[in-house]
Amino acid sequence: MSEAFVRVRDLKIGATVYPPGEKPHDIEIVHGVSFDLEKGKVLGLIGESGAGKSTIGLASMAYGRGGVELTGGEVWVNGRDILKTSKGDLRALRGGEVTYVSQSAAASFNPAKQILEQVTEAAIRHGKFTKPEAEARAIVLFEKLGLPDPQNIGRRYPHQVSGGQLQRCMSALALCPEPDLVVFDEPTTALDVTTQIDVLMAIKEAIRDTGVAALYITHDLAVVAQVSDDIMVLKMGDMVEYGSVDQIINRPQEAYTQALVSVRSIEHEEKQPTSDPVLICENITARYKGTKFDVLKDVTVEVHPGQTLAVVGESGSGKSTLARVITGLLPQREGRVHFAGRDLNPVMRTRPREDLRELQMIYQMADTAMNPRQTVGTIIGRPLEFYFGLRGAEKQARIQELLDEIELGRGFQDRYPAELSGGQKQRVCIARALAAKPKLIICDEVTSALDPLVADGILKLLLDLQKIEDVAYLFITHDLATVRAIADSIAVMYQGEVVRYGTKTEVLRPPFDDYTDLLLSSVPEMKLGWLEEVIANRKMESAGN
Amino acid sequence: MIKTIPLSALIGLIITGVYFFVAIFAGWIAPYGMAEVVGDVWEPASGAHLLGTDNIGRDLLTRMIYGGQTTIFIATAGTILSFVTGSTLGFLAAVLGGWADQLLSRLVDLLMAIPSLILALVILAMVPVTVPVLILVMGLLDATRVFRLARSVAVDINVMDYVEAASLRGEGRLWVIFREILPNALSPLVAELGLRFIFMVLFISTLSFLGLGVQPPLADWGGIVKENKDGIIYGIGAALYPAIAIATLAISVNLVADWVLNRTTSLKGGRG
Amino acid sequence: MHPIIKLIAQRFTLGILLLVAASVLIFGLTEALPGDAAQAVLGQAATPESLANLREEMGLNRPATTRYFEWFGGILQGDMGVSIINRLDIAESVGKRLGNTLFLAFWAAIVSVPLAIFLGLLAVRYRNRWPDKLISGVTLTTISIPEFLIGYVLVYFLAVKLGFGSALAMINDSMTLWQKLQSIMLPVMVLTLVVLAHMMRMTRAAILNVMQSAYIETAELKGLSIFNVIAKHAFPNAVSPIVNVVMLNLAYLVVGVVVIEVVFVYPGMGQFLVDAVTKRDVPVVLACGVIFAAIYIGLNMLADIISILANPRLRHPK
Repeated sequence: MSEAFVRVRDLKIGATVYPPGEKPHDIEIVHGVSFDLEKGKVLGLIGESGAGKSTIGLASMAYGRGGVELTGGEVWVNGRDILKTSKGDLRALRGGEVTYVSQSAAASFNPAKQILEQVTEAAIRHGKFTKPEAEARAIVLFEKLGLPDPQNIGRRYPHQVSGGQLQRCMSALALCPEPDLVVFDEPTTALDVTTQIDVLMAIKEAIRDTGVAALYITHDLAVVAQVSDDIMVLKMGDMVEYGSVDQIINRPQEAYTQALVSVRSIEHEEKQPTSDPVLICENITARYKGTKFDVLKDVTVEVHPGQTLAVVGESGSGKSTLARVITGLLPQREGRVHFAGRDLNPVMRTRPREDLRELQMIYQMADTAMNPRQTVGTIIGRPLEFYFGLRGAEKQARIQELLDEIELGRGFQDRYPAELSGGQKQRVCIARALAAKPKLIICDEVTSALDPLVADGILKLLLDLQKIEDVAYLFITHDLATVRAIADSIAVMYQGEVVRYGTKTEVLRPPFDDYTDLLLSSVPEMKLGWLEEVIANRKMESAGN
Repeated sequence: MIKTIPLSALIGLIITGVYFFVAIFAGWIAPYGMAEVVGDVWEPASGAHLLGTDNIGRDLLTRMIYGGQTTIFIATAGTILSFVTGSTLGFLAAVLGGWADQLLSRLVDLLMAIPSLILALVILAMVPVTVPVLILVMGLLDATRVFRLARSVAVDINVMDYVEAASLRGEGRLWVIFREILPNALSPLVAELGLRFIFMVLFISTLSFLGLGVQPPLADWGGIVKENKDGIIYGIGAALYPAIAIATLAISVNLVADWVLNRTTSLKGGRG
Repeated sequence: MHPIIKLIAQRFTLGILLLVAASVLIFGLTEALPGDAAQAVLGQAATPESLANLREEMGLNRPATTRYFEWFGGILQGDMGVSIINRLDIAESVGKRLGNTLFLAFWAAIVSVPLAIFLGLLAVRYRNRWPDKLISGVTLTTISIPEFLIGYVLVYFLAVKLGFGSALAMINDSMTLWQKLQSIMLPVMVLTLVVLAHMMRMTRAAILNVMQSAYIETAELKGLSIFNVIAKHAFPNAVSPIVNVVMLNLAYLVVGVVVIEVVFVYPGMGQFLVDAVTKRDVPVVLACGVIFAAIYIGLNMLADIISILANPRLRHPK
């Protein structure tokens, strides 16, 4: 029986941790994982943060990051156990037989050297190609990966190309030495969706054309479904489920996998607009101090009481700037903000306390949104004290009420933010906003730093709270799945302008404008063959034009 | 917290404590009078004079104890002055921003463009050298460094979302400074306090050694070196005792400062 | 014009502005503080009449701005006035002494810079193992003792007890280079110890910072040897921070020289300045202060310019 090209058996990985106030000690972070991978096949490793997927990926190069150590098991690559091989042989393996594509190409390229030199370095160093051969191959790869001006782009420095282009260069770097196995570690996570789809297609085609084996690591099941043959689901260093892509996506066996597959499928019935909007932004134009460029151009949107307006856009679309204008942190140049029947003063400092109370904000990074030196009780209690003058037992009772509403039990009052998980932190931030009894809460990418299942929990909580408290949300996000789950109306923003605006059904119903079409069609769907479909459609459209 | 204190920091704390204790109670501890001539020039160590005598026959141990008192007093006073001025102005610059920040920051840039020792020498050439003048000059010159640290720490904290959240809530400036910024800025500043204190000890010792610091007959560690340096070429090590005193004090304070700083970073690390 | 030239021109202009501002500050301090040159010459016991006469004679009654421009204009043309103590031309005295000081600083730099970089690399290579701990222990000690005391400790143990080197560092024109070097051996050692600690710590931090970058991991995952990782990927990015460290420490060295010269009775600028301060010879203090400030500002400016030049983002703009 022929053995698989990559054969991992009972892989155990340990790490040294340095908890504050305790002695450093060793823990196991991967508890015995096994898989096989043939040439020309792609295995997707999927899991939430802390699942150990990157660690396993790097283990296929016998590499441990930081204090990580490979403590047990076997990793067979090309007929030898690389955990037992010599240092010299390992060097031949790394960069020659196995190569690596990291999440952040911007950090992984040496800023002081030209791209071409870095792309060809491993191939030349390992004696696979001469310098001219390697450069010719790099140019072919640049072309295959859809980079502009493939002849000359290699002469540029990393900071001279865009993020999406650099991520493709990183793939070229990995493919240049004709490796047998490539480890892709979240290669599209840092990209905007419309860029992600091109990079994804480029990677997929490159894998197919070169016939390498690949490990594809990501937290996004919809993405991995497009590129993989097999999928392994990991959780906290344990294998949960391992099977073909068809089986995992269409017939998941384990509860955890089922949860991952059905993530973001929250159903939310759209509410009809009522007569009086709670917030009206009218013809808002704004720019940052000292710049000569409007980041918001003539933006007009409305939010109805107890409803959610989702503002969608990619980085640089101006969606977060809109939040700054509404809160008065960035006074607009033109236009007005009408809130709860009155005009809001453009400058936050001059707004009366009542305006501030009724308009609350929740941030993307719950970590930095809470003072690390204050307890949860202080954080939630302060608005109660500040706006309503609550003291003593009355305040304590209200804090507990709020904690119950965000589904945190007793005993959280005295904890510090550092002692909470990511999802718990965001819940405390929600409670702080609710404490003010606001009419409108601005939610700025509140779920994008969280793992999908945790994010789902937060979205459900927000929907429930909306029913109880009758509060309106202005929900800023780049993620269309989130929008579908929560919005009543949608504003699509592109380069500072609202390009499409209306109720959820109106906005999501064809015919679309070009940008909305691009945006909507770029969101990966949990469906096999979706990527090819989209690309084929786009080709047809451009041929039709 | 005390339970988890590492050995090195504990040793540092104890030695620092002993130095301060001796400095405060110098009058009771010192075996002889500060300027009392009790023996011959540069007598070797003996039962009566544990460290021997100095260049005019004073008991060296007594001189060292009183010298420690002067040095530690001036350094402490200078550190307090530099901290109060530096951190107040630094926080103000960070929170106010705008022209106030520009004015203060550019002034500090200018003061720091000239080495402190040179600037101190220029000033001491003009004014009579007394203890209050020394404290004032050293404290204000050193305040520039504290200003930079306090400002940068406060600026870092000022852009945090929780500070923005507090201003969006409508909190006043005082609340923002004292409740949101200060508690988070304290640890790096406390660690810096130790380093500034050491720098003050070195600074005053250097000035006294150059004859521009504490004036005789008052004793201080730098002055003791100056008084006894001529003995060195005859193989008399009286001038070297201050080296041991300064080094042990400085290292002890350093150990404590390191510990404070590490505790801060581990707190940050535990946040994720 | 290449944007980098613009940046460097800006930094250069800033340096000049700082220097002028520093001269105003130094001159202003001598004006604003109680007492003046006349008072300094005659002492506290002087009668008001004699003070007034001397002020008239020295031209101290004219407005401060006039005197500042005369003074600073003079310095720019190499005229620093005369000492009020011995009436000697300051520029002449300074000339030779500045040469001596730079000679001492130069040799201290020649010894300490390569040594600091080597030790810094060693500490990184054996990070958290005994060589690193030993080096940081020794440097912590030398940072904790004032320069002059390190000087006397070395004199006591090396020159006096072992007969190695000389406790006094006298040099004059009749000496050969070799004799001069022998004479300044101990002060060079002290200065080296003093700046070594700072320079080595900063070098270590700079290299560690580079070694922890993601692109070093990329290089390691390319299967490059340690030597290649360091030489091809770490070094080009570490040069700028290291050069910066060296420049900052050279500036620091120039100040350390002041005290060391007094210890070894070395005929340089530092000794000259301290003497003048003790004797309240204001014109000399002013001249020396401005020269030290100029060297310090100049080296700091050079450090910044090198950082600008070494930054690939600035060298190859988009």
